[in-house]
Amino acid sequence: MKRRQFLRNVIPASAIFPSLVNGFTVKAFGAGGFFESLYGAADNDHVLVVIQLSGGNDGLNTVVPLVNYGEYFGLRQNIAIPENKVLPLAGYSKSGLHPVMTGMQQMYNSEELAILYSVGYPEPNESHFPSTDIWLTGADEDQYLTTGWTGRFLSTTYENFPVGYPNATMPDPLAIQIGSVLSECFMGPGGFTAMAVPMDIDFYNLINATTDPVPNSPMGTELTYIRTVARQTNKYADLIVSAAAKAGSQSAYPANNDLAAQLKTVSKLISGGLKTKVYMVSMGGFDTHGGQVQAGNTITGNHANSLKQVSDAISAFQADINQLGLGKRVIGMTFSEFGRRIMSNGSAGTDHGAAQPIFVFGQPVMKGVLGNPPDLPSTLDSSSTLPMQYDFRSVYGTILRDWFCVDPTDITTMLYKNYQYLPIIESSACTVEQPPSTLGDKLIRNDPNPFVDSTTITFKTAGGNTLIQIFDVSGKLIGVPVSANYAAGEYTVVFYSGALATGVYYARLQNGSTQQVRTMIKVPE
Amino acid sequence: MERPAPVGLGMSARKSTALSDGLDEYAGEWTTTEVAHLLKRTLFGVKVDDLNYFLGKTMSEAVDELLTATPAPTTVPLNSYSSNGYTDPTGVAAWDTWINTGVDYPDSQMNTLRLDSLKCWWIGQMLNENRSIHEKLTLFWHNHFAVDTLLHITDIPARPWYDYYLILRANALGNFKQLVKSMTLSPAMLCYLNGNTNKKTSPNENYGRELQELYTVGKSPASLYTQSDVEAAARVLTGHSVDSYFNYVFNEGDHDDQNKAFSTFYGSTIITGRSGASGPAELDDLLNMIFNTQESAKFICRQIYNFFVYYNIDANIESNIITPLAQVFRSSGYDITAVMSVLLKSDHFFNMAYSSACLIKSPLDFTLGLLREYQVKMPDPSDNGSSYSVWEMILQTTASLQQEILRIPEVAGWYAYYEGTAYHELWINSVTYTQRNAFTDLMITNGDMMNMVPMVIDPLAFASSLASPADPNLLISESLDILYRVPLSADTILSLKQTILLGGLTTDYYWTSAWQAYTANPSDPVAKGTVFNRLQTLYKYLMNLPEYHLS
Repeated sequence: MKRRQFLRNVIPASAIFPSLVNGFTVKAFGAGGFFESLYGAADNDHVLVVIQLSGGNDGLNTVVPLVNYGEYFGLRQNIAIPENKVLPLAGYSKSGLHPVMTGMQQMYNSEELAILYSVGYPEPNESHFPSTDIWLTGADEDQYLTTGWTGRFLSTTYENFPVGYPNATMPDPLAIQIGSVLSECFMGPGGFTAMAVPMDIDFYNLINATTDPVPNSPMGTELTYIRTVARQTNKYADLIVSAAAKAGSQSAYPANNDLAAQLKTVSKLISGGLKTKVYMVSMGGFDTHGGQVQAGNTITGNHANSLKQVSDAISAFQADINQLGLGKRVIGMTFSEFGRRIMSNGSAGTDHGAAQPIFVFGQPVMKGVLGNPPDLPSTLDSSSTLPMQYDFRSVYGTILRDWFCVDPTDITTMLYKNYQYLPIIESSACTVEQPPSTLGDKLIRNDPNPFVDSTTITFKTAGGNTLIQIFDVSGKLIGVPVSANYAAGEYTVVFYSGALATGVYYARLQNGSTQQVRTMIKVPE
Repeated sequence: MERPAPVGLGMSARKSTALSDGLDEYAGEWTTTEVAHLLKRTLFGVKVDDLNYFLGKTMSEAVDELLTATPAPTTVPLNSYSSNGYTDPTGVAAWDTWINTGVDYPDSQMNTLRLDSLKCWWIGQMLNENRSIHEKLTLFWHNHFAVDTLLHITDIPARPWYDYYLILRANALGNFKQLVKSMTLSPAMLCYLNGNTNKKTSPNENYGRELQELYTVGKSPASLYTQSDVEAAARVLTGHSVDSYFNYVFNEGDHDDQNKAFSTFYGSTIITGRSGASGPAELDDLLNMIFNTQESAKFICRQIYNFFVYYNIDANIESNIITPLAQVFRSSGYDITAVMSVLLKSDHFFNMAYSSACLIKSPLDFTLGLLREYQVKMPDPSDNGSSYSVWEMILQTTASLQQEILRIPEVAGWYAYYEGTAYHELWINSVTYTQRNAFTDLMITNGDMMNMVPMVIDPLAFASSLASPADPNLLISESLDILYRVPLSADTILSLKQTILLGGLTTDYYWTSAWQAYTANPSDPVAKGTVFNRLQTLYKYLMNLPEYHLS
């Protein structure tokens, strides 16, 4: 119980909640101010590893409540973890970890792990896909966003991306997804901000994760030719391959553990010197409607196998990062699209639920358990889900502010609202003052920004068909102030916002195959 | 437009074929695979409806229908260029046609604008093609009679180029000799290759040379025409010219009426000189002589094979395919439909292990195919302004991908159809491949737009047009039937399904229920967004793979 300090409000209230008008900070976007010194995700060397656990992880069997174990047992007798098998956490007695999670237990005890109870969002959606989209984009329950939270962070921080990238300041991919298909969390208003890299960094497979072998035929000849060109066109391919080759000697990872293999690749790339900010890895198997545990032995079964993989993989990764001397640079977080129901079902499983515990790990993370074990009154029924204690966007916002050192006023434009900040990251993480850099080639800008009624958009075209579209955050086309053939040069156009609501708008410039997006903020008078 | 020299990487090892198949009529399976192969080669992309339609025919019926000529265009190019203060100096009002409006003087600004209008209109013809090879074959003949209108922007008006298109189209499925004759006498070609100044007192050899080298007998080692044959042909062609209105005229006084002697390659033929009004008949004598060589038929058959099947023509293909095909061509009196029919119905064409999925899409095939296959929503045909905006976007895209109609960089055609060892691979290099990906990404995400007219793929509309979009397995396989000719392995398809459509899960029902949630309430933004997003990711991913560029 001595970790109460964890819950202490370490940041002045005024800093957590800048004065708001319609959800947008008035202080925003000017020079100077308290957070100026904190500015600069582009300049620090911090890395975030996001681990997606697909299917909806059963939180109550992951972080098992001990303070109300009797109620817990009563609500899910057929799958409950025996009290004496729950792994204790040093100095914290209200809950413990699933018996297979010895690796993460050790991380907690060596102050490399934070546990956040009941993270979710209001009006939870219990379907996989919508809830996944909500977590990846940072949307509200009834909202559909076309951009992801990481994509908005990266495209705001790495100004003007992708025009003028890679460059000396950012020679590497902004983000890397281990796998073949990019997660929508990386979609920025100007397109994807990440590159997909397969687990086994193979020279030829690097670009085309889908590389079915070619037959000895004309088709095989031509496909091989195009694949070769495709590889040549990827400006990052050589960097990735050479970073993988330069990596320091890695410590052991568990075998037959797909998540561990992905994290091993991540560690290799960080160690090899990539400046990439965000990595994403993923693992399925958490949709445990049935057979979550083995009958008669509830600490075994599908869920136990999955959690063991997670715990073994993360703890091996952390050990590797530590021995590579990268401990101060890397944190990670897990999430699933939702937790599961409180009561188990008759198939030794659990159905889709709502809030879930998540893990944030790494040396810079403040060890502790945030929040309280959920209340489990016996009046619950089979459809009951855990209510949220923390909005998942509070976690995102906190990581942006306290790990990537983003000015909170910019966070508002990335998450669209202000969310409570949480004490997860050591306060020393963002102390180095570095000036913000102007990166890439700026083809479109607007002034003033933020604006009240109108703003002047200045844009550069290389000639030919030139288009500027204004989108709102849901991707709805608001207006097209420019759509014509232009001679090469710089032009201006005034955008009148009329009756549009205050908030974030994207001005997207397209000229040939070049596109760039400018974030514009409309504020009230 | 810049004209990069062709750069062949020459990296693909060409293997000599050891095929036993030939031109016998194919009698094998007639499934989605074969139908899609035939349609991808003869049309710009495969539409779902077309695939289903031809599945209901026999192979022979399908080829016959595809080889049926379609009616001449019912529209004409319009004044799409009166904007930003520009008005047509001859008084043609906006959205009236400039064809045959009297004055055609070649003012280069007006001419550039009219040619753009013509190019856009031609794009529209291809985009709106019927179930016929007609437009693709017209494009093939355009490459054969390759022209760059910019070279003569100041002295050949747009209207003769419109007539040039009509000649290609009118004869595309007809008689090749007639096509050559019409092209020879067309005002555009007379001016383009200097036939209009070819007089007995000052012969100009240009057309006489290209007629043989590029249009008929070609330049293969077996094509042994001589410089004196070029000179003799030029003399035959003297007197054919145009008047000040760019109408064809024969100037009897300029025609060389002496006999013309040809080399042994042409059997030492003597074309008897004709004078007066009978002078033009010498052209028929010349064409009869040229088409009496086996090499003429072979040259055209190689060109057809290169364009519709594959570029690799080794000794085996030459003897098993080209030579007998040339025999068909000659014995039919150079009937284009006859030769296409034999080729497209052949065992060789339907040898899927050899002939399928090996054709790198040309920029026009790539761009128009994408728009047609996804059935990208187009403006109402009566909305001229919007239609021309879309055609202009397509024109600009294909131009930057190095295939702009009426702007062919060499008289021999686009590099990809004649250059050295790389051939079709010349369409793809690190610049154009990046541009192709940028285009597919653009189309599947924000879309393109010009003059407020959008052009964007609706992945929901496309998926809805398939037979079984609620089943993630069938959704992928039916999408691949349309989008891909390269088969994907079962492992890859499973991975696509689980990674993209199922979001890392393994239960197919999750996709099915998401699709059903959308169809039950299509206007719900979350239900719609859920399936929209996953389909967008799926199609974007498929179009980003090298496989997408093969047809």
